[in-house]
Amino acid sequence: MSKSINQIQDEIIEEFAMFDDWMEKYEYIIDLGKELPLITDDKKTEDRLIHGCQSRVWVASEMLDKHLVFTADSDAIITKGIISLLIRVLSNQTPEDIVKSELYFIGKIGLQEHLSPTRANGLVGMINRLKSDGLKQLTS
Amino acid sequence: MSAFNVNEIRADFPILNESVHGKPLIYFDNGATSQKPNAVIERISRYYTHENANVHRGVHFLSDQATNAYEQARTTIARYINAEHSQEIIFTKGTTDSINTVAFSLGETLKPGDEILISGMEHHSNIVPWQMLCERKGTVLKVIPVTPAGTLDLEAFEGLLSERTKLLSIIHISNTLGTINPVEQLIQKAHALGAKVLLDAAQSIQHLPIDVQSLGCDFLTFSGHKVFGPTGIGILYGKKAVLDELPPYQGGGDMIDQVSFEKTTYNGLPLKFEAGTPNISGAIALGAAFDYLSSIDLQGAFQHEHALGTYLRARMREIPSIRFIGEAPETCSTLSFLIGDLHPFDLGTLLDKQGIAVRTGHHCTQPLMKQFNIPGTVRASLAFYNTTEEIDQFIVALQRSILLLS
Repeated sequence: MSKSINQIQDEIIEEFAMFDDWMEKYEYIIDLGKELPLITDDKKTEDRLIHGCQSRVWVASEMLDKHLVFTADSDAIITKGIISLLIRVLSNQTPEDIVKSELYFIGKIGLQEHLSPTRANGLVGMINRLKSDGLKQLTS
Repeated sequence: MSAFNVNEIRADFPILNESVHGKPLIYFDNGATSQKPNAVIERISRYYTHENANVHRGVHFLSDQATNAYEQARTTIARYINAEHSQEIIFTKGTTDSINTVAFSLGETLKPGDEILISGMEHHSNIVPWQMLCERKGTVLKVIPVTPAGTLDLEAFEGLLSERTKLLSIIHISNTLGTINPVEQLIQKAHALGAKVLLDAAQSIQHLPIDVQSLGCDFLTFSGHKVFGPTGIGILYGKKAVLDELPPYQGGGDMIDQVSFEKTTYNGLPLKFEAGTPNISGAIALGAAFDYLSSIDLQGAFQHEHALGTYLRARMREIPSIRFIGEAPETCSTLSFLIGDLHPFDLGTLLDKQGIAVRTGHHCTQPLMKQFNIPGTVRASLAFYNTTEEIDQFIVALQRSILLLS
């Protein structure tokens, strides 16, 4: 059986606990960005672009066997790393679980600053998009 | 007054002792807002502790005191920019509010087909109010192109300027490129054809001495918070003869002479343009910011800052695949750059983690970003309280960031 959203969040929190320096943490985020399941270029359409980001972020989702699978891309590496974390937590989960998930790992690994409205990198926008894609599956 | 000493000056700005992510703060985002000296911070506190009352109203002691301090600030600012009369200084919310005031009030005097001339390097706040005016009044917006080096195309400027031009509204120093525009020349040419000139000094008042009489501009706008004063207060300077001819912008208290349901008459300058209870503490503290500037070796401060800008550019040239956005011969200590294909957001985030505050993004100049075909830039913008040591640390942090991202 695949891992639950909270199991994955706890795993990520544990991984990040190894770092005591900000730069190490970001080095890891940058590495994660390279593992992001990339959206294909033909899906980089205006409706898949998340607004409110300083960097451009595209997200696509697809239902596979009752689970929602996400792919994404961004022109900024750190943004790719952050969305890669989100996708690791939320991809391959059921729409119900995605919609009701509480993403506590963001605060625990010290990325809550990216949730602030001044950051404008659109982490809030990314989360909203992933969840609204889940909601669309539930209501369609 | 003692000769400029950066360490003594830094002691006047308490925030410079802050740490960010465990590192000493290096504040290179002065183009967005400047830090405040103790003199300004204490002035706000003193006003609310000892003097708070509404202005131009009460017969009581505190109201008198507040009114005097508010009007004294106006006089201080008039003197600093060498305005002929203190009534030429209008307190506004900031540069944006100042430009909107002119766009509305001067706009009321314009006819369809009249032209407003701006440039391709304007901040959105010197673009959008004119677009709104053009929609409202049928006036026409013309744009002076910017060269690849980030200077104004002066030949094109002369071609665009005509007797239809009613206003040239132009940025003095570009917030994105750091370019210092040849405003004396522009003002002279615009005046020769009968156009009025608005100079957006939001990015120049803190870097250069400003003398409105020798510049000859009809309007000058700036924000308090970029010149070591508080947020929410700004200045619209206008020549008395020009402002006298304009209708008021907003209606309300303070701007009236007599109100009746049949006919209301308006107050004279400057109150005609100051409807409602103003930002009293902000105005007084902005006066304190200019008093502070007058109390230091300002010429020495400007020289120090200019040297910092030169040093920053020289050190930045050491970085492989550096690209300066804006390479005008005349620049201030503001530098926009890109490195290879690294995204400004990535660089800005990693610099922040090393205690360095820079701005990333389009800097409210999207048309300029479009022209250079870039998503944004990283911008380091200095003030006279910055040091060469900070620049050295910035370069080290930048190199570390590049290494991580490559």
